[in-house]
Amino acid sequence: MNPELKGFLLLSVAKMLVVFVAVLIWVALLTLMERKVSAWIQNRLGPNRVGPGGLLQPAADGLKNLVKEETLPKVANPILFLLAPAMSFVPALLMSAIIPFAAPLPLDFDFSLPLLGRFVHAGSTPMVVADLPVGFLFVLAISSMGVYGIAIAGWSSNSKYSLLGGLRASAQMVSYEVALGLSVIPILLLAGNVSFSSVIADQQGGLWYVLPLFLAFFLFVVSGLAETNRLPFDMPEAESELIAGFHTEYSSMKFAMFFIAEYANVITVSAMTVTLFLGGWDIPFTAWDQQGGLLQTLATGSFFVVKVMFFVFLFMWIRWTLPRFRYDQLMSLGWKFLIEVATVYFVVIAIAIHLIGRVWGVTDPRAMGWWLFALNLVLCYIVFVLLDRGLVIEGSSPQRRPVPPSVTSEAMES
Amino acid sequence: MMVEIVFYVFAATAILSALMCITQRNPIASAFWLISTMLALAGIFVLLEAHFIAAVQVLVYAGAIMVLFLFVIMLLNLSGRVSDIRGRLSWVVATVIAVALTASLIGLRAYTPERLAQEVTGSLQITPDVAFQSGDLARAAAESRGVIGVFAEPLFGTYLVPFEITGLLLLTAIVGAVVLAKRRL
Amino acid sequence: MLQAYVPLLLVVAFVVFAAAGMLVMSHWLSSYRRTPTKLQAYESGMPVLSDARERFSVKFYLVAMLFIIFDIEVVFMFPWAVAFKQLPAQSGVLLVAMLVFLGVLTAGFIYAWKRGALEWS
Repeated sequence: MNPELKGFLLLSVAKMLVVFVAVLIWVALLTLMERKVSAWIQNRLGPNRVGPGGLLQPAADGLKNLVKEETLPKVANPILFLLAPAMSFVPALLMSAIIPFAAPLPLDFDFSLPLLGRFVHAGSTPMVVADLPVGFLFVLAISSMGVYGIAIAGWSSNSKYSLLGGLRASAQMVSYEVALGLSVIPILLLAGNVSFSSVIADQQGGLWYVLPLFLAFFLFVVSGLAETNRLPFDMPEAESELIAGFHTEYSSMKFAMFFIAEYANVITVSAMTVTLFLGGWDIPFTAWDQQGGLLQTLATGSFFVVKVMFFVFLFMWIRWTLPRFRYDQLMSLGWKFLIEVATVYFVVIAIAIHLIGRVWGVTDPRAMGWWLFALNLVLCYIVFVLLDRGLVIEGSSPQRRPVPPSVTSEAMES
Repeated sequence: MMVEIVFYVFAATAILSALMCITQRNPIASAFWLISTMLALAGIFVLLEAHFIAAVQVLVYAGAIMVLFLFVIMLLNLSGRVSDIRGRLSWVVATVIAVALTASLIGLRAYTPERLAQEVTGSLQITPDVAFQSGDLARAAAESRGVIGVFAEPLFGTYLVPFEITGLLLLTAIVGAVVLAKRRL
Repeated sequence: MLQAYVPLLLVVAFVVFAAAGMLVMSHWLSSYRRTPTKLQAYESGMPVLSDARERFSVKFYLVAMLFIIFDIEVVFMFPWAVAFKQLPAQSGVLLVAMLVFLGVLTAGFIYAWKRGALEWS
């Protein structure tokens, strides 16, 4: 092996360890944060006994999960029952390996170790474990593998609740995957490449895509919520109907692995949203962050975490605020609303780019971004006010609904 | 050298998984071995620098088509303890098919890249540069234009009509799926 | 380009190892006190009467089949979007090509909708 390759491998291993330790700790803290946020929203205190402010609660939970009794229903299929948590866990954590989390770091080293030989590295290092040329296609592909863990968990348990939960979950996930795929196409229209680095670079040169592609951002967040099976799309669990859904029969660490996978997915979806629509690690209104350097890397990394945490909090906020969808409503939202809107939207954006950029001759990406933003305001009005009959904006207040005549007459008689 | 080793690892995984897929009695286990084959094939596509095809292999084959397989197996509750090959006639038919497939595989050995290039360019009048770019050329193109850009141009230039016909194929598939599922309703 | 996938292989190995480690650790550390009731599948405290695996509604197959078709459709749209950006001179042709493609598929979608393939009632 040549010294350059060894240097590359050494850096890769270092980045991998940093990212995975960070993600696992982050997941642990998210379980606490979820409970604290829910307590705050419901005017309770939340966990506050283990450690200062309940900070050690995740550690206690982790330890408890390790030593709890493992159950295996007699009717279950033992091998698949054991494999299912791993099949959820592996794709969920894999996805975090390809999202860039900070500005590239210029790093030069040249040293030798006994037995291992010489390590050489020169030039800037992208702050991502695996800088794949397929970019977010990889995330889409791997997230489609996440269906198997849930489907197999439900089926192998051989319990009615598990099977129903697993089945619903897999049908839901595949339905929203189409909408998720369609909602990233407008990004390709602007960026022209799937790799994360080019998407971020294009946003640094123009506007963050949340402005010119607001509707795509909205569709992406909604289908991302559905892909991670979070409320209001948590059909697979639906405690009030299905006990605990696909993991009814699971206990101990196997149960915890489903939880780690869920929170890792929450982080991934938030990080994807940030990277695709909010400039990734970019700090707005300054070009200082692109100069390269240790300070820049640290600052952009922290800024990235702040942005991701905003979406994580948003997802928790939504979870503890909105009620669950009915299953038929959920499926018709996916098939009859999101897919159509996403398809029409990307065609409209393509026509707009054609007219603005190639017929009118606007070439500056920033000007193009503002034109598209103006178009988005119109489209948002159409989607949220006209198509939705004002329900989202004004709320479905009871006064606005016509009262059925039978009800009023009965009320008057009594 | 490293690439060859990785190729043989993926190739061995693909073949072993395929063998496991057809020898397993439990249909769910078979389905999972098939997914393993698909993933190994995706790895081989990556080694061929066909990055987008590799992603699509995972997205469509391992992620979508196998979900349907799994649904059918899980929900029809196929226990599958009995082999499908029963009776002497079935064995004869199975052997004939196996021999024919093996023979065709051996026959494919005659197709060196050069012969394939010659036949393709001879019949369809495409320059060798388009049909079989050399590895370095393809790599340079992928670096400058992204993994999708390199084949987006021929797909929507030279092969625009086949692309539109694919739309018709998908239309047929939609109608077929709906008719199949809704026949009794 | 291939070098970018080397860390991915490392990551896969690491994550699979972590998953296996968690399963094994939990298997070693957990206590076992098995009772016949505990080994039953959970059914809200009622004794389990029948196997859970029954035949299910054809809707689920239909969703899976439609998913494959639309997934392939989306896969074709990725290179189209990239071509639209990278070949600005041909964007008019590309736009017409995609509108024709979408028109054909929309016909299929409307057919599926009218036949009630997207209803869940």
